Amino acid sequence: MAGNKETDAHSGMETTGHEWDGIKELDTPLPRWWLWIFYASIAFAVVYWILMPSWPGITGYAPGILHKSDRAQVVTDLAALKAQRSAQASRLATADLATIEKDPQLQAYALAVGQSIFGDNCATCHGTGGTGAKGYPNLRDDVWLWGGSLEDIQRTITHGVRSTDPEARTSQMPAFGRDQILQPGQIDNLTEYVVSLSHRPANTAMAAAAAPVFQANCASCHGPQGLGNQQFGAPNLTDADWLYGSDRASIKDQIWNGHGGVMPNWGKRFDANTIKALTVYIHANAGGK
Amino acid sequence: MVTVIERREPKPDGSHQGPVSVAKATKAKSQHGGGLYKPRTPIYPKLVHGRWRMIKWALLVVTLGIYYATPWIRWHRPEGLPQQAVLVDFTGRRFYFFFIQLWPQEVYFITGLLVMAALALFLTSALFGRLWCGYACPQTVWTDLFIAVERLWEGDRNARMRLDAAPMSFDKAWRKGGKHLTWLAIGAATGGAWIFYFHDAPTLWKQLWVGQAPLTAYISAAVLTFTTYSLAGGMREQVCTYLCPWPRIQGAMFDEHTLQVMYLHERGEPRGPHKKNESWEGRGDCIDCNQCVIVCPMGIDIRDGAQLECINCGLCVDACDEIMDKIGRPRGLIAYDTDHAVEARACGNKPRYDFIRPRTIYYAGALALVSGLMIWGLVNREPVVFDVLRDRNPTFVRLHDGSIRDGYTLKVANRTFARQTFQVTLEGLPGDVLKTPGMDATKGALTMTVEPDQVGSLRVLVTAQAQALSAPSVPVTFHLRSADIQTEKRSVFLSGAANTP
Repeated sequence: MAGNKETDAHSGMETTGHEWDGIKELDTPLPRWWLWIFYASIAFAVVYWILMPSWPGITGYAPGILHKSDRAQVVTDLAALKAQRSAQASRLATADLATIEKDPQLQAYALAVGQSIFGDNCATCHGTGGTGAKGYPNLRDDVWLWGGSLEDIQRTITHGVRSTDPEARTSQMPAFGRDQILQPGQIDNLTEYVVSLSHRPANTAMAAAAAPVFQANCASCHGPQGLGNQQFGAPNLTDADWLYGSDRASIKDQIWNGHGGVMPNWGKRFDANTIKALTVYIHANAGGK
Repeated sequence: MVTVIERREPKPDGSHQGPVSVAKATKAKSQHGGGLYKPRTPIYPKLVHGRWRMIKWALLVVTLGIYYATPWIRWHRPEGLPQQAVLVDFTGRRFYFFFIQLWPQEVYFITGLLVMAALALFLTSALFGRLWCGYACPQTVWTDLFIAVERLWEGDRNARMRLDAAPMSFDKAWRKGGKHLTWLAIGAATGGAWIFYFHDAPTLWKQLWVGQAPLTAYISAAVLTFTTYSLAGGMREQVCTYLCPWPRIQGAMFDEHTLQVMYLHERGEPRGPHKKNESWEGRGDCIDCNQCVIVCPMGIDIRDGAQLECINCGLCVDACDEIMDKIGRPRGLIAYDTDHAVEARACGNKPRYDFIRPRTIYYAGALALVSGLMIWGLVNREPVVFDVLRDRNPTFVRLHDGSIRDGYTLKVANRTFARQTFQVTLEGLPGDVLKTPGMDATKGALTMTVEPDQVGSLRVLVTAQAQALSAPSVPVTFHLRSADIQTEKRSVFLSGAANTP
């Protein structure tokens, strides 16, 4: 910038020397208080350095004399949250499942807890909506392999299915084809028979041929009419619900290989209260049988 | 940025006659030499008496009275609700204003209120200039109050200037100390009054003194104490000239018919001192007594013409009128007037005051429209708000017999102060079955109870036979009926490819 400052004749003020189409900018000084605010900000920063975690070091950082820590804050907040919920939580602990479901306040609390637990743990297999997938049961409908009452659901969650828990719900459908228990032709006939059980058009001759095979091999678990048995987790073969698929190929595959899913015993991870809440949540979403 | 001001004429150096005010001298000093930062030019406004000063005092009492007293007005509401007339209840998420109660979802009423305030400001600005700045702006009102306090402790203009120039003494110390303590007390009262708008005032008043009030109350009170003290005590006119955007914006609302405080150039010039019994022939009415300058809280000379700094408070009008009375000339050398009237008189025409102009019609029309919408909205406010949230995941569930079940969550906001019991029914789906988890519908209707001033929620499961579903998406309507309220909400029943096996 040039040393000699130019003065505007009209206002008597210095100009910045910048010119745009003949218009010059006045060099209006900032008010002094603006400078004070700038100094105050610097002073604030210094105080902040002293009070709060600030300077990084090689292995750590200057903690500041207030020893503020977001991590410690989270622990405190979680403890406070738990304390805040303790009244509801203790009511949940003492009430039985049917009472929880009938008390609107307690039910709302259980549903909220259940939803969050379900999303974090169960949704992986059963889906966020709880509708399951092939091999993973739909928890929203009214079909239950191991029973849909509150107590049944609670037991299934606590001990799991085919899990390591000694009280786990366990059953094993034989792999009729893989283990060569039945001949491939018999399995083809059996497939037609199972299709006919669910009131769908099937090859009557093949189905009729498979009827004695079904009674001999399948009826012990699925029942003579194929209505299933929740004691063994044996599905009802006459309804519209198919865990491993409803088409002929899927049915045949299931008879051949005898798939059986595994569900963890959540009792080892959750406390009793959490399982209660989860039970109420699943029961309510399935329509509350 | 350059603000070009018409009528500001360069004064010939040295030819200036008469007394030079301290304000003018310090102003000149601060401009000379410049530097990067400009120290504040001290302003010592002299007390003035007159019409506009009286109006300003009255408005000061009224506006501050409203501000300090409002939180203490009680208002009867049903049991369990706040009994305070005006209350912003953050914890309860409600806003109370006498007979009006607003929910957070109705924040558009607040927006409407702000739009109304802006339009009212536009309209008054177009008609009467900076009426808001000069009389009603909190910055002006509190500055006025703080200057009055200053006058009480330190005396009027001349005494204050002497005191500031004098070396430190016991007299100076107690006067200055007393002034600052009173300022801080007013600041604390201001900050203190603010927090009562957010909590039950009598309760908070007791808690405040024993350290049991919420932390936010103490912090808000402290911050507002500080801002009141610093903005009204120290910053004063600098808030208007440096911080406030409104002086820059308001020019857009002004035209030649807008009332502004004006020095009537044609009548006043040429100015100069006047001796008794001297003739008024061939000279202006301005005797250059500088009274208009020394009473100005903004530290400007109105005779330089309309300026950004001028807040149109009219104190110079009072000061000049007083002098005109003394020297026996007609009042109104400085007056509220319009550019148009000044031009007209200069040309020898009769001045015309045009209040109805396209600009004012637009502003008034927009203001009337928004006010009308607000009143319409308040009058037609629904006592019960009913919403139906259809489950999105899963959209539908197929049951063991092939029937389809959809889940809905009904949300009912009961804005009345009475408990409501509703019958929930569904229309549009033949043979539907309604139930909640754990409760079946009786005669096709579910019962739902919503507490007063609460939102109730009901999960409804609707089951339909596959044969009854004519399309993947069937429109349905939920009806909500209580003794005196009926409302409905449309939704759809989704079934995907329900009709295929």
